[in-house]
Amino acid sequence: MTPPAGTVPVAVVAFAQTVHRRRTDELSEAEMLMPVLHEVLAATGLRTGDIGFTCSGSSDYLAGRAFSFTLALDGVGAWPPISESHVETDGAWAFYEAWVKLLTGETDTALVYAYGTSSAGELRDVLSRQLDPYYTAPLWPDSVALAALQARALIDAGHTTGPALAAIAARSRADAAANPYAQLRGAVAHGDPVVHPLHTGDCPPVGDGAAALILAAGDRARELCARPAWITGADHRTEAHALGVRDLTDSPSTRLAAERAGVFERPLDLAELHAPFTSQEVVLRRALDLDTRVRVNPSGGALAANPVMAAGLVRIGEAAAAIHRGEAGRALAHATSGPCLQQNLVTVLEGET
Amino acid sequence: MSKEPVAVVGVGQTVHTAARRDVSIAGLVREAALNALADAELTWADIDAVVIGKAPDFFEGVMMPELYLADALGAVGKPLMRVHTAGSVGGSTALVAAQLVAARVHPTVLTLAFEKQSESNAMWGLSLPVPFQQPLLAGAGGFFAPHVRAYIRRSGAPDTTGTLVAHKDRCNALKNPYAHLHEHGLTLEKVRSSPMLWDPIRYSETCPSSDGACAMVLTGRAGAARAPRPPAWLHGGAMRSEPTLFAGKDFVSPRAGRDCAADVYRQAGITDPRREIDTAELYVPFSWYEPMWLENLGFAAEGEGWKLTESGATGLDGDLPVNPSGGVLSTNPIGASGMIRFAEAAQQVRGAAGEHQIDGARRALGHAYGGGSQFFAMWVVGAEPPAG
Repeated sequence: MTPPAGTVPVAVVAFAQTVHRRRTDELSEAEMLMPVLHEVLAATGLRTGDIGFTCSGSSDYLAGRAFSFTLALDGVGAWPPISESHVETDGAWAFYEAWVKLLTGETDTALVYAYGTSSAGELRDVLSRQLDPYYTAPLWPDSVALAALQARALIDAGHTTGPALAAIAARSRADAAANPYAQLRGAVAHGDPVVHPLHTGDCPPVGDGAAALILAAGDRARELCARPAWITGADHRTEAHALGVRDLTDSPSTRLAAERAGVFERPLDLAELHAPFTSQEVVLRRALDLDTRVRVNPSGGALAANPVMAAGLVRIGEAAAAIHRGEAGRALAHATSGPCLQQNLVTVLEGET
Repeated sequence: MSKEPVAVVGVGQTVHTAARRDVSIAGLVREAALNALADAELTWADIDAVVIGKAPDFFEGVMMPELYLADALGAVGKPLMRVHTAGSVGGSTALVAAQLVAARVHPTVLTLAFEKQSESNAMWGLSLPVPFQQPLLAGAGGFFAPHVRAYIRRSGAPDTTGTLVAHKDRCNALKNPYAHLHEHGLTLEKVRSSPMLWDPIRYSETCPSSDGACAMVLTGRAGAARAPRPPAWLHGGAMRSEPTLFAGKDFVSPRAGRDCAADVYRQAGITDPRREIDTAELYVPFSWYEPMWLENLGFAAEGEGWKLTESGATGLDGDLPVNPSGGVLSTNPIGASGMIRFAEAAQQVRGAAGEHQIDGARRALGHAYGGGSQFFAMWVVGAEPPAG
């Protein structure tokens, strides 16, 4: 939604991410997080004790153990005790929870962070545990196979072609050449078939990484950042879980979230889409009605770095950073959760004109 | 701009038991949600967003179960959020839902928490080895028993206080039709002679493993005006967290708990909780946590909590009834246990607690904690709307 009348505006004022890597065996989650936490705090001059609310996103299934977030909290330095919460989802939803907290006026700063260590297990198998535990999960359908179903449906419906998907992969990875944090940088061959019709180039790399950002409200945001990225709308929606009852070629939840966030009210300069598979960019572009004037994923997107549970928050951070740098005036950031784009979050960020 | 006042207009629980083999996870959550909707006399169409919580995904072996549960919770086309803050999650989930109403983001929100412990093994889920870190060992009991011993040594409490609490809570549960354990004919002697599990915690002083869910419908002033039954009004809510392990940590009375209570009391305008709160639903998974939390929450001075318990003040007919529902000691669907505390507090001030209703309860505390006594979530609800 767009903020209710009379609420103090909230902005992203700082963003940091790790260099995303295939493995981080030598690091604990707290050790992976600490540099990005220090970086966003240093960018604003804030200390942990100055932050009014902290919210994080992660998943125990990636870490392979219960309560993994409790030890990551140690990296925040939560002493004296802090006002804090956690979503077992991509950090984009932690961003949303923090945004709502700031809209209540109870506090004027928030720290949001997210991390994922996909390397701890076999990601394709791990993600299959998200599925209906009685009817679907026992069959172990993996995440790439499910994305391939969606890609097949898109091609059959005439919305894309194999070469068009290859072009999305080539553009994303070429753009990633300018992104020092990306896991795959520069031109990458479209590669061999993985699950028909998807090739390796249509699929995201498996990797570990973390991201953090700071939100601030009103004058506090202006003090902390020369050009705050104001959140002019944010919304998220879910769809049915069973793939058989969804039209996999469309994303009505993205379209509805975008409408509620005010995306269609004015033109966009930039869109950071959380599309781990090339085919999902096709679905999202259609749902968001993005035309060729909108720059999509100049960071390289999730095809260049997909730290699961942080990749959606990275999209928000990348869009905000483009506004901080003055490279965009109005930007959209999108995050997704679940198989074949089941849940989608859309936010709009704007610089002051 | 001031916040929207938040009201609880519907509360629903499932029947809790060791194994709900008659329902799937989806069936379990739907039972609680439908009970809450029926209480509020609303339908799925009246719900603008759903906030769901549960304890670790490993307990049932479903990763991010909100995805699978979207259909069962009527959430398709709506915002669906998942909260996870360890054992405090049921409380935190309710507070995240309340924020959506308070910020005027959504008029009416369904919040729900569940655990279906029979579909997995919580003891296993809590005991996975972690390199370079202290394991919880034998589930939660092995972790908390040393802290109970520390409390007894520090406060000079007699070794009988824990059994008094267990006997009281299990007797209270006999009046609660939703409670998991209904131990008819339980005597203090039976509690005292039950096997020692983790010294000084006896078998009858520990919580059961339950299947169950709890749901609430939260709304603003307009929604409350339309509600068919008296609402419970939110007077204060807060969360606090501190690190798991560090040299300065006080496991007997964690500072995060004290700070969280102070914040909630400040919001609610409470200066003397002992006098101003009529009843409390505290997260007491092992009986000794009643006197420990009485001190941590400011109902008793340090070292005096056990005296309050021994005086009978926390009994159903005392002047500060604690856990009239039977508490976590009688019903423990882990992820839902915190929300049940919040919901039971709301039922008390709504006058809707049935046989375990405390006469004249106007203001009640709901309390939850989790992790290594490091995550806290609390709310104070009242029969009257908050001032201002």
